[in-house]
Amino acid sequence: MAEDSRSELLSLSAYELAKKIEVREVSATEAARTANARVEEVEGDVNSFVTTTPQLALERAGRVDARMKNGGIKLWEGVPIAVKDVLSTKGVRTTCGSNILYNFEPLYDASALLNYGEDMVVVGKANCDEFAMGSSTESSAYGPSRNPWDLDRVPGGSSGGSASAVAAGEGWWALGTDTGGSVRQPAALCGIVGLKPTYGRVSRYGLIAFASSLDQIGPMTRDVRDSALLLQAIAGHDPRDSTSANVEVPDYLAQLEGGVSGLRVGVVTELMGEGVESGTREIVERVVGGLEGAGAEVGEVSLPHSRYGLPAYYIIAPAEVSSNLARFDGVRYGLRVPAAGVHEMYRKTREEGFGDEAKRRIMLGTYALSSGYYDAYYAQAQKVRTKIIEDFRDAFSRYDVLVSPTSPTVAFEIGAKIDDPLAMYLSDICAVPVNLAGIPSISVPGGLFEGLPVGVQFMSDHFTEPMLLRAARAAEQVADFEFTLKP
Amino acid sequence: MISEEEVRHVANLARLGLTDEEVEKMSGQLGAILDSIDQIGELDLEDVPPTANALNLTNVLRPDEPHAELPSETALSTAPDAAGDLFAVPRID
Repeated sequence: MAEDSRSELLSLSAYELAKKIEVREVSATEAARTANARVEEVEGDVNSFVTTTPQLALERAGRVDARMKNGGIKLWEGVPIAVKDVLSTKGVRTTCGSNILYNFEPLYDASALLNYGEDMVVVGKANCDEFAMGSSTESSAYGPSRNPWDLDRVPGGSSGGSASAVAAGEGWWALGTDTGGSVRQPAALCGIVGLKPTYGRVSRYGLIAFASSLDQIGPMTRDVRDSALLLQAIAGHDPRDSTSANVEVPDYLAQLEGGVSGLRVGVVTELMGEGVESGTREIVERVVGGLEGAGAEVGEVSLPHSRYGLPAYYIIAPAEVSSNLARFDGVRYGLRVPAAGVHEMYRKTREEGFGDEAKRRIMLGTYALSSGYYDAYYAQAQKVRTKIIEDFRDAFSRYDVLVSPTSPTVAFEIGAKIDDPLAMYLSDICAVPVNLAGIPSISVPGGLFEGLPVGVQFMSDHFTEPMLLRAARAAEQVADFEFTLKP
Repeated sequence: MISEEEVRHVANLARLGLTDEEVEKMSGQLGAILDSIDQIGELDLEDVPPTANALNLTNVLRPDEPHAELPSETALSTAPDAAGDLFAVPRID
């Protein structure tokens, strides 16, 4: 394909590409070739993937093209996608960014991927912090991904490889997972849109579990319309995930352009203050001002327990980690370090297989759940969770949508926080209350501060994604930002 | 602060091998994290019910019907070691 038609394809949004494939102006195979060539071109700089799958992408795209001839495909099926490496892909290595799964090839596909289509054109398995625990991808056993806006900076995390892939055009969109900001924070740092749907909106079957009461799969895209389309592709009830919601999936594109006239927008006081850099705060204020200009009713709202969100999260998430990661014991899959007895085999396998952050969280969770500490930590954190849910309920009685920064800062330099876990955890201070309450939330690029993207976070009540997306769409239109490929 | 002895005890509960250097580092880091977490103790939540699931889901049941699942040969294909149709492990001590 000629160079200029390639760059023309690369400049399209996923929705625009899907429409061109639908009318056969472009084939899925051409799209896959273009994505593969772009991966070839920039992957050495950004390291978005643990495993690239150019052959698989071409085979699947060929099948999509063949199926089109015999009757139709789902609108999105021919669009090449990057998939976070915690989502099981049948027969394709899935590492979770960990050495303990260095050789693991899942025996089935995650339900969200099958919803998208059995011939999903996967360009690669995107890098992430080990078992999705981290805010920078630096805890991956496969090296950090790099922010396409500045290769010396982190892309955020844990879904940092998914974010850098989208920002760099390695596939038109990506799937990430969000347990405490892991879709939204990297989306913010890489200048793309990241959506965490309502807990249970997307099946977790085949998502290798981190913290089961918080984990949710979400779209990472160039714009809000792509976000709505990708959510449409993956959402739905699944009998294989007992926590998936048996709630009808609405048409997420139908109300998208409805605007914000009369919409009540509340800026969260506690998430705009101390710890948030001034440039980030100003961009959030500017976008909110734009929404007001577009007809929204803007006010301030308090979430008084939000400051307890991070500490509660750092009890609940590690507690669930200590249980979920117990399955990696060298028996059924992944790494085994030989030893004379089974207990020594467990200890050695887990010592060699897990990295620093995974070990820290397993230890923290095991400690918090151990005899004598349970009430002070885990039981208390579960009660804090109730208070945070009540705060949101009060806020949603007065406002339709809440706003804050997604991340308190723009992308930081690689190495700046990796030896200081507490500093790293603060990256998600604005994001974690959302996961504790199970509500949906989206990060939209609001503008640049010191040349780096700033994300604006919107939050709304359970299962109100159509309204949330409509507000985000309006925000994107008033923001001083336009998606362009980097680097 | 949590002592190195406590770190070793918890690591044993988690079946996690740690080097001496890791034990020392973990003692300091876990201590600092726990100190920052301790602030939730200042809230009086005596009468507040705990939340385990934000959507308040209770038991989700399905009809008890047999389905075709992975054949054991397939399930064993990812195992580091197998014997017949079983996962094999070193001596259980």
